Amino acid sequence: MHGTAQLLLPVLVAAPILVACLLVAAGPFLPRRIVDSLAIATALAVTAAAALLLVATGSGRRVSWSGGWQPVRRVTVGIPFVADPVAAGLALLIAALTTCTLVYAWHYFDETESHLHALILFFLAGMEGLVLTGDLFDMIVFFELMGVAGYALTGIKVEDESAVEGALNFGIVNSLGAYLSLAGLVVLYARVGKLDLPGLGDALAHHPPDALVVASFVLIVTGFLVKAAMVPFHFWLPDAHASAPAPVCALFSGVMVELGLYGVLRLFWVVYGETIPPADLRRALLVLGVATAVLGSAMCFGQRHLKRLLAFSTIAHVGLIMVMAAMLTPDGIGAAGLYVLGHAGAISALFLITGLLLNRHGSADELDLFGRARGERVLLVLFFAAALALVGLPPFGTALGVSIAVHAIVSAGYPWILALLVLVSAVTAGAVLRSGMRVFLAVGPAPEHSQSAPDETTTGDEERDTRPLQRTPGTMLAAIVVLVLGSLAVGVLPHGGEVVAKAAERFIDGSGYSDQALSSAPPTPLHAHPAATWSPLGVGLGVLSTLLALGFAALGLWPDRLRLLLRPMQAGMKPVRALHTGHVGDYVAWLFAGVAALAALVGLPLL
Amino acid sequence: MSIYAYLVAGYLVLIGSYGIVRSRHMVHAVVSLSVAQGGTYVLLLAVGYQRGATAPVFGSTTKPSTDVVDPVVQAMTLTDIVVSATVTALLLALAVQVNKRHGTVDPDELAALKG
Amino acid sequence: MTRRTRLVVFLVGAGCVTAMFVLAVLGMPEFGGSHHVYRDLAVHAAVKHRTANVVSSVNFDQRAVDTFGEETILITSVVAAAVLLRPAKGETERRIPQTGRNLAGTRLLGYVLVPITAIVGLDLVIHGHVTPGGGFQGGIVLATGLHLLYVTGSYPALDRLRPIAAFDVTDALGAATFGAVGLAGLGFAGSFLTNVMPWGTFGQLFSGGTVPVLNVAVGLEVFGGIVVLLAKFLEQDITVASSGKEGES
Repeated sequence: MHGTAQLLLPVLVAAPILVACLLVAAGPFLPRRIVDSLAIATALAVTAAAALLLVATGSGRRVSWSGGWQPVRRVTVGIPFVADPVAAGLALLIAALTTCTLVYAWHYFDETESHLHALILFFLAGMEGLVLTGDLFDMIVFFELMGVAGYALTGIKVEDESAVEGALNFGIVNSLGAYLSLAGLVVLYARVGKLDLPGLGDALAHHPPDALVVASFVLIVTGFLVKAAMVPFHFWLPDAHASAPAPVCALFSGVMVELGLYGVLRLFWVVYGETIPPADLRRALLVLGVATAVLGSAMCFGQRHLKRLLAFSTIAHVGLIMVMAAMLTPDGIGAAGLYVLGHAGAISALFLITGLLLNRHGSADELDLFGRARGERVLLVLFFAAALALVGLPPFGTALGVSIAVHAIVSAGYPWILALLVLVSAVTAGAVLRSGMRVFLAVGPAPEHSQSAPDETTTGDEERDTRPLQRTPGTMLAAIVVLVLGSLAVGVLPHGGEVVAKAAERFIDGSGYSDQALSSAPPTPLHAHPAATWSPLGVGLGVLSTLLALGFAALGLWPDRLRLLLRPMQAGMKPVRALHTGHVGDYVAWLFAGVAALAALVGLPLL
Repeated sequence: MSIYAYLVAGYLVLIGSYGIVRSRHMVHAVVSLSVAQGGTYVLLLAVGYQRGATAPVFGSTTKPSTDVVDPVVQAMTLTDIVVSATVTALLLALAVQVNKRHGTVDPDELAALKG
Repeated sequence: MTRRTRLVVFLVGAGCVTAMFVLAVLGMPEFGGSHHVYRDLAVHAAVKHRTANVVSSVNFDQRAVDTFGEETILITSVVAAAVLLRPAKGETERRIPQTGRNLAGTRLLGYVLVPITAIVGLDLVIHGHVTPGGGFQGGIVLATGLHLLYVTGSYPALDRLRPIAAFDVTDALGAATFGAVGLAGLGFAGSFLTNVMPWGTFGQLFSGGTVPVLNVAVGLEVFGGIVVLLAKFLEQDITVASSGKEGES
């Protein structure tokens, strides 16, 4: 338990900030290659440190009280950094993904000088801070840091009209979510008088879940659910992705959105786990997760702007992750964690490839790009590999996640969720495969003959992220390959499922978190999780999803053949599509409706 | 009424959000967001208040044994205020660019993102 | 959605949220009560570290990580606004227009007030750990004090005294100093942002250990940051123009 690993905790947050400050001060005077190399070196260093931390957490959580304010009789004024295996694993994912996107951005944006890199490093620091801190106000502060860097990165292509509009919508909605979270925190603070997670957990243990406790939970969780793009807080995400630069989209979809879920679950287990009944939370998370997965996949299929398509796919998959995590067991959380890892590689690779297509051909529209990438074999292979990783074909990491989830879901008594998993993966991957077949293989009728509704959905008209590229740079390809291989590695590494399930068990142990942070109690031993591995049913479901995805892709490519089937579905989707207006007032109205719904879901059963 | 201050805070958050919902001008929407944030400050300071206590700064007139109001919420508020000024600046910068690209800042007329 | 539908959805949602909030507030301790657990701990800790301004102690000693996060948000927003207000493709920066006149008396007022404001701002920053004030407040006073030159004088007058690159460096230096002091604490005492300097005597200028140092760092950062921020907005309005036509001012 003693040792130097806890010294790494603040370094993971402070190092990117210091280098970013250096880039702000000296960047305009340094050659572009130096700026790139500094940023990549920093991200690599943070990745290495996170890996060391992950190994160290294998023997128990690592705790570092800042300012030397060690707790005395479980009470303190300071702020802790706490890393358990889930937090360290997320920290590693964040840093690795940032490194890949910085490598990809080697050729990007000459006119922003070093500011893009400084912003990405600040974004990295914000995410690391959110994951590693053990104080609730601190979580909100780092959440805001992530947000601010995110708004700037989204709007960085100032010449693009949808970029600045999307960034402004993103900024207003996410900031309002953060303010509601802060309000919830203050309400809780008034009752309890503490701000650190372990202390809050102590104070609320065996506390009756009265109106104040439930209200504070609902409000605090709102900010995180906005970030996680759960329905009906999700409207900002497709707007933000529609014209953020591709490496930024990769970071958002790969890990930022999932951190919202992390926040909700961490808050629940450490602080509210012994006051709000888990069954209550499970119901609320299931309702949200299912709604999100269904809406995300349905909207995904109708998009023609590739980045918006992928954005809705992210929403759908995060809904699935929420559903898996809603089982609230080590297997369920472990499955969700593996799915996050596998999905991160897949969706990031897809975004980076889309960015490449945009830069080579000047469009991100599925119909405009028809057949234009015909000669690019390497990109074709990578695109389809990433699409298969997205759908959950074994042995990708997503498939391992589904396999373990199958066990958790069936033991918890919700077998219908398996059908949801299969369908949602199939529909989203079907849309991706359809677009890939159109762009790379020129399959299906040429655009003049295919059905589309250009005035109903955003077209893929977008400014290039960078000056036009004649050939695909090696750095961009390398980043994409690493991501796809990463998604594969998650599924293939031996005992991967067992390791993640044990990490999940440690994550669920909220009172252990408080004990270890406040009184240096030794870590409790963990159980074995024999079911956390490939299962025949899981593998079968993965293959089934893939076949269905191919079927949906065909449905999308040749819609004239199945016009009768499609027409009611399209009619049904029309009002849903009409809700996605791009109007910030609508988004805020839905935000409040969502908070009310969440309050009803969590609070009414406790009356 | 002993909860009046808290209700004022809640009202500010709601009226700020109402402003964003009904807004016809993005700068107005950003400023309404600031109003909503102001509500959280009022809530913070109200929670920390004690009748008859003084400011948490000790000196020749205030000995460390006197009753003071809660310094933690004041600390949270003061850093938040300065930060929110810069975040508002960021959102206003985006509004400036929206105006340049779209020629309007009326949310009803911004139509680049739909479906 | 139509304006009416939007309003209805919002009112329904906000109504429920209000009801929930009121129920929560009824369970909160009464306003103005004397039960403040964290306050007692914070005051005790501040006195232990000989910092007279307890709010500064909380900000820069006890919960310094929060302040580190907040000041990082500040520099990030400044960088963000700078990058978002850059001249886009097809826009150029033109010479500062020499327009407008103002009274000699107004200008004199400005020239007299600028150094006075600067001194007040410096006082706020440096004495932030013993009197109400601190880096955040003092930095804002300093930054807006400089802009008195623009308000009472003219844009060229401000521009002469405001090398933007230098203020960028000041901003970054302030932020980096905060982080560096934190890492020094990590190196010397094993935890981030520990108060490793001598604590001195209660109420004196050199008391509180690292609190005055961090105060000055934040003051520099806020000063530099706000000047750069205002500079970018003013530039965008006054000097950036689309190619081929004069921009509006």
